Amino acid sequence: MAQMNMKEAIRDAMRVELNRDPNVLIFGEDVGNVGGVFRVTEGLQKDFGEDRVFDTPLAESAIGGLAVGLGIQGFRPIAEIQFIGFIFEALDQIVIQAARMRWRSGGKYNAPIVFRTPFGGGVKAAELHTDSLEGLIAQSPGIKVVIPSNPYDAKGLLIASIRDNDPVFFMEHLNLYHAFRAEVPEGEYTVELGKANVVREGSDVTIVTYGLMVHTAVKAAEQLEKEGIKVEVIDLRTVSPIDIDTVMESVKKTNRVIVLQEAQKSAGVAAEVIAQINEKGILHLEAPVLRIAGPDTIYPFAQIEDTWLPNPARIIAGVKKVLDF
Amino acid sequence: MSKVPYEVYTEDVEALSVLSPDGEVINKDKMPTLTDDQLKEIMYRMVFTRTWDDRAVNLGRQGRLGFYAPVSGQEATMIGSEFALEKEDFVCPGYRDIPQLVWHGLPLYQAFLYSRGHQHGGQIPDGVNVLMPQIIIGAQILHATGIAMGFKLKKQKSVAITYTGDGGSSEGDFYEGLNFAGRFKLPVIFFVQNNGYAITTPFAKQTAAKSIAHKAIAAGIPGVKVDGMDIFAVIRAVQEAAERGRNGEGATLIEAVTYRFRPHSLSDDASKYRSKEEEGQWNEKDPIARLAKYLEKKGLWTEEDTLRVREEAKATVNEQIKKAEQTEKMTISGLIDTMFEVTPKHLEEQKADFE
Repeated sequence: MAQMNMKEAIRDAMRVELNRDPNVLIFGEDVGNVGGVFRVTEGLQKDFGEDRVFDTPLAESAIGGLAVGLGIQGFRPIAEIQFIGFIFEALDQIVIQAARMRWRSGGKYNAPIVFRTPFGGGVKAAELHTDSLEGLIAQSPGIKVVIPSNPYDAKGLLIASIRDNDPVFFMEHLNLYHAFRAEVPEGEYTVELGKANVVREGSDVTIVTYGLMVHTAVKAAEQLEKEGIKVEVIDLRTVSPIDIDTVMESVKKTNRVIVLQEAQKSAGVAAEVIAQINEKGILHLEAPVLRIAGPDTIYPFAQIEDTWLPNPARIIAGVKKVLDF
Repeated sequence: MSKVPYEVYTEDVEALSVLSPDGEVINKDKMPTLTDDQLKEIMYRMVFTRTWDDRAVNLGRQGRLGFYAPVSGQEATMIGSEFALEKEDFVCPGYRDIPQLVWHGLPLYQAFLYSRGHQHGGQIPDGVNVLMPQIIIGAQILHATGIAMGFKLKKQKSVAITYTGDGGSSEGDFYEGLNFAGRFKLPVIFFVQNNGYAITTPFAKQTAAKSIAHKAIAAGIPGVKVDGMDIFAVIRAVQEAAERGRNGEGATLIEAVTYRFRPHSLSDDASKYRSKEEEGQWNEKDPIARLAKYLEKKGLWTEEDTLRVREEAKATVNEQIKKAEQTEKMTISGLIDTMFEVTPKHLEEQKADFE
């Protein structure tokens, strides 16, 4: 098995699908010749030609709309939005057009599109390059939101997303592109969308999280283990829809939960997870479910982002709070 | 102080006109080739559409239709542009462009269902290459661009046509679509029906450009202006644009100058922003009267024909609205089932709340 970082795993997924299905197309700003500003699509244009992998003019709404039109024509577009902050320019095409294509046509048309975009803090990027906008997309009906935390999942989830006949918003954390290598099988395999992963088993407290925060949670869990506190960490992998069954199994075991997200605290994925835990089994809880998240401010300039982002110390304090309730 | 020298393209674009208001062909070179049967068919569709529009306005007032944007006055742009296409060509409409959908194959009762807010209105029959009417003013422009790229990639000699109004030409999506189509040389026709008003905002307050056709220059595609009350000019312009697209020569922007005789929708009052005098001037250019004069001179049409088609249209509209009204109501379960190909568990649970 090959060792890959997350960027290579994502590229490998696209290569596998470009090979397998002639209808798969990749386009966006700068994705062709140089392979994107992060080189995620590097080499794909050379191998598959300019009809399959191509640069577009700089216009996010048109990239989204082009994907919708090509989807209607039977293609399977992978449209890259260069940075997360630019999705607002394309939001109409993503959440109004693509996400409601099946519904408004009564099932006649669909939009088998993957919108890929890098996001995520801790890399000292420019303003509007790092925001966690998954909650915004997750609130829109008709589109799935996928956020991998490791190379294996990234490849399997991306292949599953490309094969999905509905639109998928696929978010790639900037801080995970090169963070580490892991074993990734060659060829094709899928990781089911909408299925969470128990990353680490424990019996005292459950941390539900996704993306880069999976690794931050595991770090906190390792430190807590030295104090005899056993933390279970769940990686949601898909934040819309949420795999509440896997979460609830854990809740029934630990009875104490923290939901951890990098995004601002209010009205986001964490709030949704807590609402669903309440609906499914509030009586399994021994303490209120806590949210650990970014504060409700505009995402900060680079200088203080390390303080702004949730860290192991804040998680450890949160775990102790729910244990002491 | 000397001024900085600059040059801007400011020449007027003359509108293509083929048929005079008196029904005379004044531009023989640009007269489309049409058989007598085709001429009669075009006239039939225009009269039918005018009658259906009259009925639709009444049905709207009776609460039997939902949102409805009147089309009277724009029959030449709508029917002419669609008539110039092949069945395989793809129509990407704005909210007013229902006639193009129907004449391209969408059953009329489904158009009524769409107006009444029923999903079945959007379940376009197989082989009918149209999208549902678009509410977001410029979004369909980009869909047409993507569909046209699909034709190009499949090496299929078809074109996509998309419609918007003078207001729509101010949207960012309009520029993005034109630019993409120019860059990728796509077989798409951007057809702007400039009816003078974006709801109530007059063209003079919409843009400082001399014409909408000028806007093509920036995208590197041809822009043409046609008399939108002259169906022959419209047919000719769309035929030429379609031919360019099929020959791999890329996109065309067509600005058709037209007028809607009625308000923007059933909920606004045109007398608040238009004068009777202006309306009267445009009435004299009525595209149906103009074609009728031409056909009557050729002995192809009479007043009796008009009356016959009106009766036929009324009967058809009555039958189709009844069919729409008798179509089974939508259900929440049905809505949920059309969100995704495979309904996720949480939605199955939400469905159960309504059963």
